[in-house]
Amino acid sequence: MAEPPCIEIRDLRLAYGPKEVLRGISLDVLPNEIFGVIGPAQSGKTSLLRCLNRTIDFVPTARVQGTIRVDGDEVRRTKDVFALRRKIGMVAPLPVGLPLSIYDNVAFAPRCAGLTRKADLEAMVEQCLRQAALWEEVKDRLDSLGTRLSGGQQQRLTIARALSHQPEILCLDEFSIAIDPVTTMRIEEVLKELRAHMTIILVTNLTQQARRLADRTLFLWNGEIVELDRTDVIFSEQPANRKTYEYVNGIFG
Amino acid sequence: MAEPSHPGGRRPGWQALDRGQRARPWEWVAEQAIRVVSVTAIVLVFLIFVFVMREALPVLLGRVNSAAAQERRALPVEQMDRLDPEELRQYLELSRKEFAEMDRDTLRLLMEVKLEAAEEVPEDKDAPLNTAAWRYLLGPHQWTGYDRPAYIWQPVSSIHKYNIVPLIVGSLKTSVVALLFAVPLALAAALYVSQLAPPRLKEWVKPGIELLAGIPSVVLGFFGLVVLATFLQQVCGYASRLNAFVAGIALGLACIPVIFSIAEDALTSVPRSFSEAALALGSSRWQAAWQVVLPAAVPGVFAAIVLGFGRAVGETMVVLMASGNASLLTWSVFDSTRTMTATIAAELAETVFGGHHYRILFLLGALLFAVTFLSNLLGELVIQRLKRRLEGGR
Ligand SMILES: Nc1ncnc2c1ncn2[C@@H]1O[C@H](COP(=O)(O)OP(=O)(O)O)[C@@H](O)[C@H]1O
Ligand SMILES: [Mg+2]
Repeated sequence: MAEPPCIEIRDLRLAYGPKEVLRGISLDVLPNEIFGVIGPAQSGKTSLLRCLNRTIDFVPTARVQGTIRVDGDEVRRTKDVFALRRKIGMVAPLPVGLPLSIYDNVAFAPRCAGLTRKADLEAMVEQCLRQAALWEEVKDRLDSLGTRLSGGQQQRLTIARALSHQPEILCLDEFSIAIDPVTTMRIEEVLKELRAHMTIILVTNLTQQARRLADRTLFLWNGEIVELDRTDVIFSEQPANRKTYEYVNGIFG
Repeated sequence: MAEPSHPGGRRPGWQALDRGQRARPWEWVAEQAIRVVSVTAIVLVFLIFVFVMREALPVLLGRVNSAAAQERRALPVEQMDRLDPEELRQYLELSRKEFAEMDRDTLRLLMEVKLEAAEEVPEDKDAPLNTAAWRYLLGPHQWTGYDRPAYIWQPVSSIHKYNIVPLIVGSLKTSVVALLFAVPLALAAALYVSQLAPPRLKEWVKPGIELLAGIPSVVLGFFGLVVLATFLQQVCGYASRLNAFVAGIALGLACIPVIFSIAEDALTSVPRSFSEAALALGSSRWQAAWQVVLPAAVPGVFAAIVLGFGRAVGETMVVLMASGNASLLTWSVFDSTRTMTATIAAELAETVFGGHHYRILFLLGALLFAVTFLSNLLGELVIQRLKRRLEGGR
């Protein structure tokens, strides 16, 4: 592989107090790929994402070991954690609509980053809402509260928000858990377009979603990598690990 | 464990279901006791309100006459025998019992006292005025000896001047100073403690500030009078040592814990997911607290401010001690001032029960009642609206 990996994880270990949650994860994520992560609940998928943008710091009991490099920068020793977080867009399973207007929700991150010119902000907000396929629905009511939107719209708003600081990496954590299938399909279309501009890590509880979208898929189980391979291999009749076959075919998990 | 007793000798089982409340006699007793206590509390508050209103009502209806000249209606002592006993008793303002116990000489003496009092009344153009009428309670009047119409509170002079405007303005001035001082400090502290402070520090700061609430207001007043007054005069260099500014700052110290603890609760109860989402977007802790958590907690924060205002308007001892107690009507906060509460506290004990001074002090009390009631009501309405806006009622 000629291209340097966008994210390099080496022997990542994470424990909440005495409880080990990630047990030695090593992997590379390549630029502009859609990287699927599947695995049963409690297997550590969310925790893995939280290590990437250091939101794991909010958990006082969490202990992290190992190295994570984003663009070659050691995450755990980075001087500017804010810049790191701006590099990574994060979409949570349940949309967290900030108690602000739709416009302010999207303009929040650029403002925090120091963008103040009104024209720039407006252009930015429009671009992000368009990318998240929400612009047409909300363009007439940008001043109303983000929390007034429907669940699916709110989730797209959080995607727009995650795009608003122009991240190089977009992480989605079970984004479709609270929204209907039609909206899910729309967002999936959005992701296919976005991959031209950024790397996408797609954590999903729907294995078929990973199959539809991901270039490579990681099967995480109980804090360990069971298998990481091209998606067509993971979903084939002969993945390297029997557990993978059983999981993706719904035999356990 | 002992076998539980079954009232009526019945066994437990499905039959117990239809026994309703009596199946749990202690719970029933406790419930009734709580009900009685809560109803009593409500009734008591209501009765206090009724009492205050009853005492103030004659003034509200304009039935009180405080004209100094009415005391001139005194009769010469020789006329004593021409009055019948009942008339005499009323003229001397005695109760039946007192009247019955007095002999002729004592009554004569009282007649003389009354006459003397009447002769002391100055020949003042204002003497016939009923100064307890609304015109004089609220409007300016050119009193004898003043070169222009003025708002004067001077209840114990020969002409009773009962203009309440200086007192209202005094209360307003001190409260505004108190809130201007306390709200930013208390909110900043609440924001810091709930969002930014390391947990260790939080454990100390929160109880520390709330301890302020336990300081008796007389101690705060003392502090204001002795320490703050001197210090602030040195810093700001104004003329009168005790004034609305000093009182307001001391009052602010009394308001801070109220505002702080309610605002802190409101801020802490904002879901952590909000601030974490903001932080994940690359904001600093301060930006998350200020731009996301604070707007989400606005209803609770507003409630805190309303309660702080109630405390500021109602607080008595601090302003009594630190405001200088001069009922001047000026807008400068650096003039001595006097509030409604301090006036009631200082003067009520010396008034004649049921007299005009007494009634007007109760009018002030009723006014305070109304102000706090209205501010709470208004606050509640605003809070409801803010909440609805935040929840984005569908
Ligand atoms: N803040 C936390 N404190 C303690 N334990 C946690 C915390 N968050 C997650 N865990 C534990 O870590 C394990 C992995 O959780 P998570 O990363 O959320 O898995 P997934 O996203 O795959 O469902 C679970 O057993 C969970 O109970
Ligand atoms: Mg999860």
